[in-house]
Amino acid sequence: MNPRLLRDLKKLLGADGVLSEPEDLLLYEYDGSVETARPDCVVFPRSTADVVELFRLANRHKTPLVGRGAGTGLSGGALARQGGIITSFARMNRILAIDIENQRAVVQPGVVNSDLSAAVAHLGLHFAPDPSSQKACTIGGNVSENSGGPHTLAYGVTTNHVLALEAVLGTGELVRFGSAALDSPGYDLTGIFVGSEGTFGLVTEITVKLIRLPEAVKTLLAIYNSVNDATETVAEITARGITPSACEMLDGWTIRAVEEYVHAGFPLDATAILLIEVDGLLEEVEDALLHVKEVCTMHRAREVRVARDERERELLWKGRKNAFGAVGRIAPSYYTQDGVIPRSKLPATLRRVGEVSRKYGLQIGNVFHAGDGNLHPIILFDERDERQFRDAVRAADEIIDFCVHVGGAITGEHGVGMEKDRLMPLIFTETDLDLMKQVHDVFNPAGLLNPGKIFPTSKGCGEIYVRPQPQLSSPPARA
Amino acid sequence: MPAKTVGFTAIDKPEYADYARCVHCGLCLNHCPTYRLWHQEADSPRGRIRQMELVDQGQMELGDAFVTHIDHCLDCRACETACPSGVEYGRLVEAARAQIERQYKRPLFSRIARDFVYRKLLPYPARIAAAARALRIYQRSGLAAAARSTGILKVLGLSDRERLIPRIDSRFFSSEMGQTFRAVGQRRARVAFFAGCVARVTFAELNRATIRVLQANGSEVVVPQNQVCCGALPAHAGVRDVARDLARKNLAAFPIDGFDAIITNAAGCGSTLKEYTHLLPANGSSGDHDRAMRFSAKVRDATEFLDELGLMAPLKPLLVRVTYQDSCHLAHGQKIREAPRRLIRAIPGIEFVEMQQADQCCGSAGVYNVTETKASLDLLALKMDCASETHAQAIVTANPGCILQLRAGSQIHGTGQEVLHVVELLDRAIAAPR
Repeated sequence: MNPRLLRDLKKLLGADGVLSEPEDLLLYEYDGSVETARPDCVVFPRSTADVVELFRLANRHKTPLVGRGAGTGLSGGALARQGGIITSFARMNRILAIDIENQRAVVQPGVVNSDLSAAVAHLGLHFAPDPSSQKACTIGGNVSENSGGPHTLAYGVTTNHVLALEAVLGTGELVRFGSAALDSPGYDLTGIFVGSEGTFGLVTEITVKLIRLPEAVKTLLAIYNSVNDATETVAEITARGITPSACEMLDGWTIRAVEEYVHAGFPLDATAILLIEVDGLLEEVEDALLHVKEVCTMHRAREVRVARDERERELLWKGRKNAFGAVGRIAPSYYTQDGVIPRSKLPATLRRVGEVSRKYGLQIGNVFHAGDGNLHPIILFDERDERQFRDAVRAADEIIDFCVHVGGAITGEHGVGMEKDRLMPLIFTETDLDLMKQVHDVFNPAGLLNPGKIFPTSKGCGEIYVRPQPQLSSPPARA
Repeated sequence: MPAKTVGFTAIDKPEYADYARCVHCGLCLNHCPTYRLWHQEADSPRGRIRQMELVDQGQMELGDAFVTHIDHCLDCRACETACPSGVEYGRLVEAARAQIERQYKRPLFSRIARDFVYRKLLPYPARIAAAARALRIYQRSGLAAAARSTGILKVLGLSDRERLIPRIDSRFFSSEMGQTFRAVGQRRARVAFFAGCVARVTFAELNRATIRVLQANGSEVVVPQNQVCCGALPAHAGVRDVARDLARKNLAAFPIDGFDAIITNAAGCGSTLKEYTHLLPANGSSGDHDRAMRFSAKVRDATEFLDELGLMAPLKPLLVRVTYQDSCHLAHGQKIREAPRRLIRAIPGIEFVEMQQADQCCGSAGVYNVTETKASLDLLALKMDCASETHAQAIVTANPGCILQLRAGSQIHGTGQEVLHVVELLDRAIAAPR
């Protein structure tokens, strides 16, 4: 790394605000994904002013800048694929303002997701996006990846909860998008920024919505001997116009792994379970719960249990939210996939996952946001075995390929990052990608922000499937 | 230039099977006190595990940086509670420290101090008593007051550390050794009491209170004579040979089959006593491992035991507002959270208020407050903020180390809160006049 840049960075952030020794950099070459990439240095700004100055230095030295929250991401978003400076927001972790009456909070990007909810819980409020990593992941990271979570079904993803942003763009300009109002005039720049995976700018301040905690919450565990029955339950619940706040499915193998960790009383011999939650006003919830129970039973649920108290409820959710890690007990490494499918294609998709598992001889567990068709196959492998790792990636690609074929997408909530850039042509045409690149270049003209992410660097994946250009049903009349 | 140290030696090392369980998901980060202080990967559980892995694979030197970050760890094991993959972090960090002890040359002063404390002092109850008597002269003679008032401690940078030094008891827990204390009323259990090492000269009253509460609830209590330090401090510091010797001595000192349980009032000791099999693994040649398994199976924290047994002694009301600080080695090491809370709530008149972050370390962590004083005091400040927010008159906890630290916190931050062990609170409720 350029010694002058390093010196300037240390002058700006102090010696304890810059890491550049090899033994430190080795600890920033990973995140929660299976990807790795080593940065040239890691910096810890403490204010927006620090970040602005950081951009000036990076731009002057033409050095890549990559944002990082807690490093819990699952697509390598926080890794410096082409080297450069990792900007850790871990020390910008203050809640700047809480506006109770208007249900808003202004936070720095390093605030941990569940810490915000904990800080406003006594006011009867919470921050709704709840990724499984919510006890560690940061809101800045959530904004960059447009994170979802089990309660996405009723509450929406991160973008639905972000009202305004302060950010520094690739050009080094400090901007403020959006407003505390629900709809601000002009283009929705906040909307386009959320989920840009650190390629448009680095967020320095976030205004979020706080949602009232529901008056009542009921969580129900339905146990099935067949995946089809569980799927049909989900379809029917939706058809009846009930919107559960969450609707999760785990397959039998995953249930057993999870039960070993949480001891929540998950059945060890089930083929699938549904974890369904309804919330709202007390009467409404009681009513919805009756309906949901009825549908479960109608579709041959072997047993339906309702969590009796908050402790039981937390235990059930602990099982679901820690499913990845719990599965990780079984093998040295795992690769969590993130695909989207139409709900109706679930049984076929799970069959396909089973085939892929047998083909490569790799165990695959399935966790599924059943309500919104977001599938998370967890592929176990031993990272010491190079072949197993390659097979795990191939297996994942085949599953994603299938998801796309049945009308789904390559990622639901984990982001593209450096994991799925090569799969982008599966769902986007060249025109789509060109348009995205043009938008990218407006925010990040020099390409120094999180380079090597999102856009496919080669067309390697084109061999599998390339989405054709859309055709008009009848050719346009020639002038 | 000396050769760089890479790789671990064969025994007492972080094992692949243990560290490979870490899938670097990062869920531990926000639960780690040192990550919350400094926010860097190297001082997080995930980062420390990666450093062990890198050293094991020869990609990182077992040198200053590695030692610094492993030393910074409190070994509070909050990460174990957070970890969905079941990484036994405590076991890993203790093994890493054993490697440091074996392969790394610390500065001279540190070597002398460690050698004195872990090898010359802790294993010998008589020496601890002698050292305590000397310290007591300092504390009682006016020397301590003089040292404080002249400001010499401040000049030497020792004023905060001096506050963390326990007050030496007037009457040591020594005449009780080898004695049997009869159950009040019908005998419901027969237990052996683990008296601790430093606790015998600094927490003698707590030990007596524990015995009284056990007796009052129908337990006959025996205090085996030849018991020694549990080995927790040496084990946490990586001084495995000493810890192992102490474990063997305790296995010999406690006639396991004669008791329903072996009781400790120190969460830190309990955690180690329950993990003697880690010190004496199955591959050892002697029958130690089997005996350790049987021993550990009988070990109970005093709160765990009383909660299981069910309180029988009539409790008189205590009109006091209290909060509870989870001792790390009880909540994270032994997974016991509810038992102490149930016992506190069982006392009539008590107003129990939970504090925020009750299961975050107070910074005591064995000798951490002496070796890493700055970090320890920073954590203590955070803890005292949470404790004072509750407006509790007393902070109740379950480990002598935490009691010392919180007492210092109450003084330094002027919260005026009393700090008590759960069993001391019970003892008061049993003894309180109507």
